[in-house]
Amino acid sequence: MSNTVVVISAGVGTPSSSHLLGEQLGKATQRVLAAAGRPIEVQHVELRTLASDLAHQLVTHVPSPALTDVYGAVGRAVGVIVVSPVFNASYSGLFKLFFDLMDEGVMAGRPVLLSATGGTARHSLVIDTAILPLFHYLKALISPVGVFAATADWGDSTSQLSSRIESAAREFGQLVAERPGTPMQDEFSTEIDFADLLRGA
Amino acid sequence: MQIGIFTVGDITTDPTTGATPTEHERIKAAVAIATKAEEVGLDVFAHGEHHNPPFHPSSPTTLLGYVAAKTDRIILSTATTLITTNDPVKIAEDYSVLQHLAEGRVDLMMGRGNTGPVYPWFGKDIRDGISLAVENYALLRRLWREPVVDWEGKFRTPLQGFTLAPQPMDGVPPFVWHGSIRSPEIAEQAAFYGDGFFHNNIFWPITHTRQMVNLYRRRWEHYGHGPADTAIVGLGGQFFMRRNSQDAVREFRPYFDEAPVYGHGPSMEDFMQQTPLTVGSPQQVIERTLSFRDAVGDYQRQLFLIDHAGLPLKTVLEQLDLLGEILPELRKGFDQNRPAHVPEAPTHASLVAAAEADRVHRDELVAAVDDVTGRSPYDTVGAGEKA
Repeated sequence: MSNTVVVISAGVGTPSSSHLLGEQLGKATQRVLAAAGRPIEVQHVELRTLASDLAHQLVTHVPSPALTDVYGAVGRAVGVIVVSPVFNASYSGLFKLFFDLMDEGVMAGRPVLLSATGGTARHSLVIDTAILPLFHYLKALISPVGVFAATADWGDSTSQLSSRIESAAREFGQLVAERPGTPMQDEFSTEIDFADLLRGA
Repeated sequence: MQIGIFTVGDITTDPTTGATPTEHERIKAAVAIATKAEEVGLDVFAHGEHHNPPFHPSSPTTLLGYVAAKTDRIILSTATTLITTNDPVKIAEDYSVLQHLAEGRVDLMMGRGNTGPVYPWFGKDIRDGISLAVENYALLRRLWREPVVDWEGKFRTPLQGFTLAPQPMDGVPPFVWHGSIRSPEIAEQAAFYGDGFFHNNIFWPITHTRQMVNLYRRRWEHYGHGPADTAIVGLGGQFFMRRNSQDAVREFRPYFDEAPVYGHGPSMEDFMQQTPLTVGSPQQVIERTLSFRDAVGDYQRQLFLIDHAGLPLKTVLEQLDLLGEILPELRKGFDQNRPAHVPEAPTHASLVAAAEADRVHRDELVAAVDDVTGRSPYDTVGAGEKA
């Protein structure tokens, strides 16, 4: 049984505030679950390193070995933390591409914590207006508290970023503990009864 | 081991000259390629079927019938026959005629077709792809095997008292392969019937191809056709050869970079590493091709795609000359350490012999004539008929 939470961040800079937020959410989730007696591993995926692989898959339909590994890891994760920078009032194209090219059903029923970063707090509704519908469509199990971090939040104690991260991690950790994502079944190990296919089942 | 070529019949601009062959030129090129394939000693020529530009082969049996008249020995096959959008009755009729004209040198590879708009043009829906493949093929099998067919299904008008004309040659239907890149249902279908399974082995890593083939082999055994390593497996593949590997790389790169499907994607070097594409010397093609066996086990048919992406006919014919030259080496390699119980791909002759052996076997098991009625047990009305 996997005990890995995968953090997908779509930040493009190095260092990137999306990656930083993902790291903090991952650590906070680890603490919450360790305290509940369920230690987890956290695997970080930075989509910027997979950008050309994703572009190639878009036009050739074939995932690179690196992408195959990442999609496999998501398919086994007990939970997924996603972080996108805000581009033009929505998630970035790179972020969308990763989920567009994912096999159907991988996110279904899998706990997911939604988060985003942006230049100003005026973008903070992007989680509700853009990211939430995407993960509803993917039938993910969406954690009730997301985190938006504006640039200024990182230096402003009144932004309560740390406590917002803690509270998001608490809700997400509880979801992972109670309803962990289950490994995707290997499509080649599934045994279909051909008689069912013949009957049109 | 059968070694041959398959073509999808794309009409693509040659990126090095900007010249686009006409449909007429490509159709005649297909015939030239097929006859050359026989001349260099290949075993199989398989032709695609498409119903939309930029492809020409909308009527594969017309083309293959013409090729049959121009050749003597090579097996004519398809890559693939659209079992989804074609009427199975018409497939049964067309390929029965072709089988007679070609003296049995015919088999088929079933495929679904992945172009959404083509389905509605034939009154179908791509979302029913698997169901269509399952129902249509089940009917096709009966049409080729039962003298009178009563049938009712979901996708086609019912048949009452239908008899296929002409019946398959020698009462033996053409052997069928099922091609699929990643649908386990199709591997299952091939295994269920004891038919062949073909993986195109062009776009995906061989590790993926292995998963599909292993599923088919496992289920072949499950359905009682024999041990997994006796299942009938075919693979695709592609190469571009020149005596000097640098020349091959230099000459093929512009075609690769602009190729339909994978062009404008990964670099040729990445693609060669991640997929079975080999661009290099004859020796490199031999080594790479013989390595497929390590992934999927001893198999029965290897087909190469060599005429796509705008390659001019002259170049394709040169590729066939080179393939002919390495053919003895490839055959020797495939034969090496091949267990005796691994069968060859069925041919018309082997299927006729098997049917004959089966008939003799049944005669030995039961009395030829019933003591009371004086009738042979084989005089009974056909399976599809009502007494």
